[in-house]
Amino acid sequence: MIYREAGQFKTTYPEDQQIFPIRQDRYAMAAILAVAFCVIPLVASDYWFTAILIPFLILSLAALGLNILTGYTGQLSLGTAGFMAVGAFAAFNFVLRVPGMPVLLAFFLAGLTAALVGLAFGLPSLRIKGFYLAVATLAAQFFIEWVLIKFGWFSNYNSSGVISAQKIVILGYEFTTPRSKYLLTLCIVALLALAAKNMVRSETGRSWMAVRDMDIAAEVIGIRIFRVKLLAFAVSSFYCGVAGALWAFAYLGSVEPAAFTLERSFQILFMIIIGGVGSILGSFLGAAFIVLLPILLNVGAHYIPWVARDLLSNLELIIFGALIIFFLAVEPHGLARLWQIGKEKLRLWPFPH
Amino acid sequence: MTFFFEVLIGGLLAGVMYSLVALGFVLIYKASGVFNFAQGAMVFFAALTFVSFVERGLNFWLAFAVTLAVMIALGFAIERLMLRPLVNQPQITLFMATIGLAYFIEGLAQGLWGAQVHAIELPIKDVPFTVAGVNVSQFDLFISGTAGVLVIALAAFFNYTRIGRALRAVADDHQAALSIGIPLERIWAIVWAVAGFVALVAGLLWGSRTGVQFALTFTALKALPVLILGGFESIAGAIVGGLIIGASEKLAEVYIGSSIGLNIGTGIENWFPYALAMVFLLIRPEGLFGERRIERV
Repeated sequence: MIYREAGQFKTTYPEDQQIFPIRQDRYAMAAILAVAFCVIPLVASDYWFTAILIPFLILSLAALGLNILTGYTGQLSLGTAGFMAVGAFAAFNFVLRVPGMPVLLAFFLAGLTAALVGLAFGLPSLRIKGFYLAVATLAAQFFIEWVLIKFGWFSNYNSSGVISAQKIVILGYEFTTPRSKYLLTLCIVALLALAAKNMVRSETGRSWMAVRDMDIAAEVIGIRIFRVKLLAFAVSSFYCGVAGALWAFAYLGSVEPAAFTLERSFQILFMIIIGGVGSILGSFLGAAFIVLLPILLNVGAHYIPWVARDLLSNLELIIFGALIIFFLAVEPHGLARLWQIGKEKLRLWPFPH
Repeated sequence: MTFFFEVLIGGLLAGVMYSLVALGFVLIYKASGVFNFAQGAMVFFAALTFVSFVERGLNFWLAFAVTLAVMIALGFAIERLMLRPLVNQPQITLFMATIGLAYFIEGLAQGLWGAQVHAIELPIKDVPFTVAGVNVSQFDLFISGTAGVLVIALAAFFNYTRIGRALRAVADDHQAALSIGIPLERIWAIVWAVAGFVALVAGLLWGSRTGVQFALTFTALKALPVLILGGFESIAGAIVGGLIIGASEKLAEVYIGSSIGLNIGTGIENWFPYALAMVFLLIRPEGLFGERRIERV
């Protein structure tokens, strides 16, 4: 009854082509943005900002990047964390070595650097497919980690390879409190998510999906596969690079290459599996799930006194693994699909026939 | 020159160790088309279970038998609880499910047996002996022998038995295999049980080398370049790939580092095999012995 598009007529082309064609969706989106920008900064505590909201937003961004490559273009990548590391270290070096470099520009350039690296590692994708490619992207992960540890130049010759992100100053305003960092991250993530949404519903996105569904058929109908695949690698790495830069600047403050290991790549892969492969909304839902799950498990364990601490971390692994298998078996399309099914049910309710 | 040969032989024998793990991957891929990322976790689980039984007073063979039973039970449980609901899903879904499985088994192994490092005593003396001036470890030779026996046995199993042929049919097409009456469930359970057995052997040999610890799960990452070099479907490929990777990795570490004069040789073993495998892939995208795929629209 409430969620129904009856009576909403589209009389112009722009109306037909808008991102959220249904009015209720527009209101819901506006409400979510209003809560994120206005309500949360007023009510959330510093713990919420630093431990939950900022990592959630940044990981959503990385998941968005991976979703573009894996979900929309069908190229399984296990090197996400490597590209995040490129972004983090690039942003650090741009601010360090170029005098007067604005931080936002540094983030942008860090994204571009990651995109270039992504392009280089995307080159084999023309010949190598499927799992062979997934393993090839592991090469990116390990190679980047090794380069960043091996050559001191990248971490400004810090003996343990740690970089301390510089202060974020934009137009003379210094972002020091968790609240301000949250708002900055939120702005960047919202803008990039909007860009991604528009990309995937444009010609670019359709050619990505054509390549995903069947690359040979896509080639036959005149899509230049090589360009499309490389573009996906570049865009995906750009998102991951910006996420990495934010991870260093807005979240941790100081990071080392060990913050971007294969574990992180898998974590982000799980986000898109659980959230929904090939869905923008899914990236956010998956990130929320993966960020909140360990916290919830931890809180839950406080109420069960007989669980020992070391058992708890193993239990976490077990539950985590079981949940992933469960999700894949029950709903291979993830939380985003559940949401879609829910919407469909809502449209018909209360008369299901 | 002696030094070169020593490095080469050391590398080749290390490569056999990689091949052992890669064998488990090939087995499951060949038989069910699943790229089993949990193989490393299974190696860890098998070794840890074995060691824990030995430490509780069982003798070697009894512990081996009990662990084998546990691995077979694990194989059947995986089939029942994970694979059966996922029949006919795309390969990528199955792959991701095995990543979940890897987490599950890692948590299970440590939750059951604790996370300490254990040592395995195998009843083999590790005395090096000399052939034409080159030191060879007896233990390494034993490993190579084991790997050789395993490969011959598995190759015979796949090519000459009814079950072996059924396995290959299942790998080609789940649905077609089901429609001609191959019992998919039983076949999968068998192949996962056999993979559990291979994992147990690999776990014992790796464990006696490095100690039974969490790092054993990373053997999977060592085996991946071997796999893509040799081809996912080929048992022979796993062995040849292992030898190539093992030898070139050691040679590269010793010679590339010193010849350039920079100290970059150290630590390249993490990515060098991958880079090498990628170069091979650019020439043969399905690996050295992989089946060539003919794609049609």
